[in-house]
Amino acid sequence: MRVKVLSRNPDDYVRETKLDLQRVPRNYDPVLHPFEVPREYTRALNATKLERVFAKPFLSSLDGHRDGVNCMAKHPKSLSTVLSGACDGEVKIWNLTKQQCIRTLQAHEGFVRGMCARFCGTSFFTVGDDKTVKQWKMESPEYGEEEEPIHTILGKTVYTGIDHHWKEAVFATCGHQVDIWDEQRTSPMCSLTWGFDSISSVKFNPIEAYLLGSCASDRNIVLYDMRQSTPLKKVILKMRTNTLCWNPMEAFIFTAANEDYNLYTFDMRFLASPVMVHMDHVSAVLDVDYSPTGKEFVSASFDKSIRIFPVDKGHSREIYHTKRMQHVITVKWTSDNKYILCGSDEMNIRLWKANASEKLGVLTPREKAAMNYNQKLKEKFQYHPQIKRIARHRHLPKSIFCQVKEQRIMKEARRRKEQNRRKHSKPGSVPFVSEKKKHIVAVVK
Amino acid sequence: QHFELRLEQFGPYRLDYTRPGRHLLLGGRRGHVAALDWHTKTLMCEINVMETVADVAWLHAETMFAVAQRRWLHVYDNQGLELNCLKRFAGVLRMQFLPYHFLLATASDTGFLQYLDVSVGKEVAATCTRGGRLAVMAQNPANAVVHLGHSNGTVTLWSPSVKEPLARALCHRGAVRALAVDRTGTYMATAGLDRQLRVWDLRTYRPLQALVLPQGAAHLDFSQRGALAAACGDVVQVYREAARELPRKPYLCHRLPQPPRGLRFCPYEDVLGAGHGAGFTSLLVPGAGEANFDALEDNPYRSRKQRQEWEVKALLEKIPAELITLDPTHLDRVDTASMEQKRREKIERLGFDPDAKRKFQPRRKAKGGSSAGGLLRRKRKVAHEQQR
Repeated sequence: MRVKVLSRNPDDYVRETKLDLQRVPRNYDPVLHPFEVPREYTRALNATKLERVFAKPFLSSLDGHRDGVNCMAKHPKSLSTVLSGACDGEVKIWNLTKQQCIRTLQAHEGFVRGMCARFCGTSFFTVGDDKTVKQWKMESPEYGEEEEPIHTILGKTVYTGIDHHWKEAVFATCGHQVDIWDEQRTSPMCSLTWGFDSISSVKFNPIEAYLLGSCASDRNIVLYDMRQSTPLKKVILKMRTNTLCWNPMEAFIFTAANEDYNLYTFDMRFLASPVMVHMDHVSAVLDVDYSPTGKEFVSASFDKSIRIFPVDKGHSREIYHTKRMQHVITVKWTSDNKYILCGSDEMNIRLWKANASEKLGVLTPREKAAMNYNQKLKEKFQYHPQIKRIARHRHLPKSIFCQVKEQRIMKEARRRKEQNRRKHSKPGSVPFVSEKKKHIVAVVK
Repeated sequence: QHFELRLEQFGPYRLDYTRPGRHLLLGGRRGHVAALDWHTKTLMCEINVMETVADVAWLHAETMFAVAQRRWLHVYDNQGLELNCLKRFAGVLRMQFLPYHFLLATASDTGFLQYLDVSVGKEVAATCTRGGRLAVMAQNPANAVVHLGHSNGTVTLWSPSVKEPLARALCHRGAVRALAVDRTGTYMATAGLDRQLRVWDLRTYRPLQALVLPQGAAHLDFSQRGALAAACGDVVQVYREAARELPRKPYLCHRLPQPPRGLRFCPYEDVLGAGHGAGFTSLLVPGAGEANFDALEDNPYRSRKQRQEWEVKALLEKIPAELITLDPTHLDRVDTASMEQKRREKIERLGFDPDAKRKFQPRRKAKGGSSAGGLLRRKRKVAHEQQR
């Protein structure tokens, strides 16, 4: 009697030779794959834990300066070059792949207050405490030649910052007022001023290249239009801004690093309320730099840490700190979106990974696929309490940890006091002011 | 595929197939335990444990199996070497292995349901079920819930993290004799001392089909494609699509030399294995097995290397025992209770509700429209939203 039953030929399911790949027949029927959600959850948990295991962001420290690093500049065309200026007037050019200093020059007597590279990458400018602006060649001098600037401009007052236009041969310095210079001339094309106090930094907008932003000592941020040679508008905050940085992808967004431990992201068109207030530092924020994708930025603070913030969130996603790193004065995000450089008080420039658990180097296609899958799993389950707890866990140095707790207590106390006031006074007499608007004093056109 | 093993000496046999369906484990009541690859008929090991064997079960792969002996639970290697003797598991009558959680659930003589995590070797939970002697046990493959049948006709559902049964259903007028749950976790078949064979819907706990048998069914098993095998006396009856209808005449029936003590469908094959007093019989049941297996889940043709890789991946994905619930997708659902509580706490802390919609304030227009009438007109356009 012939009975029709399943009969499989093993030759169809087993590989022919040892050199072949194994045969893997698939059946995507969900009945054969039970527990889809718990298994994915377990995989997400493992992925999150492994991310924390592999989170080793520190790469190396560039050693060589003999005084604290005051400012840094990125080479616009070369990913492996970075320039740094120290508090004793020395400028060093580093090769990041070899992690060595390739050139040293004594640029100024006194601090090197600001540095910027020209957009073509052939020269760079430095300003210092000796009231000069100097332009230097990017290539090392030939054998027998001495280190000489191409061009020196003597000014009447100390310059505190410099930035170069992203497209034209124009640069701007700030000090007593904002001066816009043509490269060929020795006197500024125009001087812009609004208010009576000194200006600490100036930055050109990389997209709308005629716009400038500057931070002044009287707690305001002033925006200028180079074509009109007049200041456009200014916003007055509660405390002074140290620097600002324009978003390289969004034309009108800039982030200001403030003394009141916060960073404010503003939309230039509507300065009355910041787009986002980023709160996580426990001491004054000294420098900020955007990632080339425009989605995140890194901030350096007087508390000895650097933090990476997403543009749309109010809290940091990552903090980097080391016992040896003291007050971080300057920070840069490299143009390949992979590394962060920070220069600090104790004469070292440190190189960090932007994604702490990223594997550097060439990845095989399977590794890439596994990483993408893990990333997607982490995103899917990111709000589950156990996974959230592991993903956001960071070790904090004791000083920052204690400060965070203390500031939280103070903030709660202030909030409770305001609530009590509201409870015991006429309804509507103590209005609710949103956190964003709290820090702005005024906007002046 | 149809073969018979004549083993008359060592008592009626219990049996178990590994998940890929390639290896078979036989345990006779008088202590004979044998493990073999039934495709190629190669014997892996054959031992006599010198004690009464109540039940045998493969652990996660064909490398280890557990034997519930008279006093304690013993774990053996597939070469017959004893690996472990677990004295905490005393008087075990039935065992079920939960593959995705690496848990061995054991039902004991004294009414205790114990879970053993075989990857770390620890007892995860021990519940006193207070249901008397637990001789009837089945697992729901879709959500890893253990079903126990009791002598008062109830079937209870258990999870390791909960001390009370998840659900309790009165299924029969007498004791429950046999229990089986289908692969998709939607149907449960029960047979009782009142000679009834009933099929229940597990989502609503309502009866679907009922059949009175001349002799009650002592063993039940569902195949991968929904065929139900029932052992009544020494006759094995197979019903196709049991949930849709249970006709008086079954699809197949076969008389065994002696009443069976174990009845299992082989996964991915059209084979029903029956262990009885005269040995073991492998019966052909057309249309019972799943034709296409997924090699990343169970592969009957896997090599040693593939098994090792699979084992590592399975251990990494081992689901913790706390996640066993009636609904396997509960992790996907929004936790509305916590969300509501967090919202209430936030409102209390801040003093106002940050997510509440603000009253519609019409913007001041330049050219007309800012008059009182104009503002009122614009307000009336959105007034219906407040009524929601």
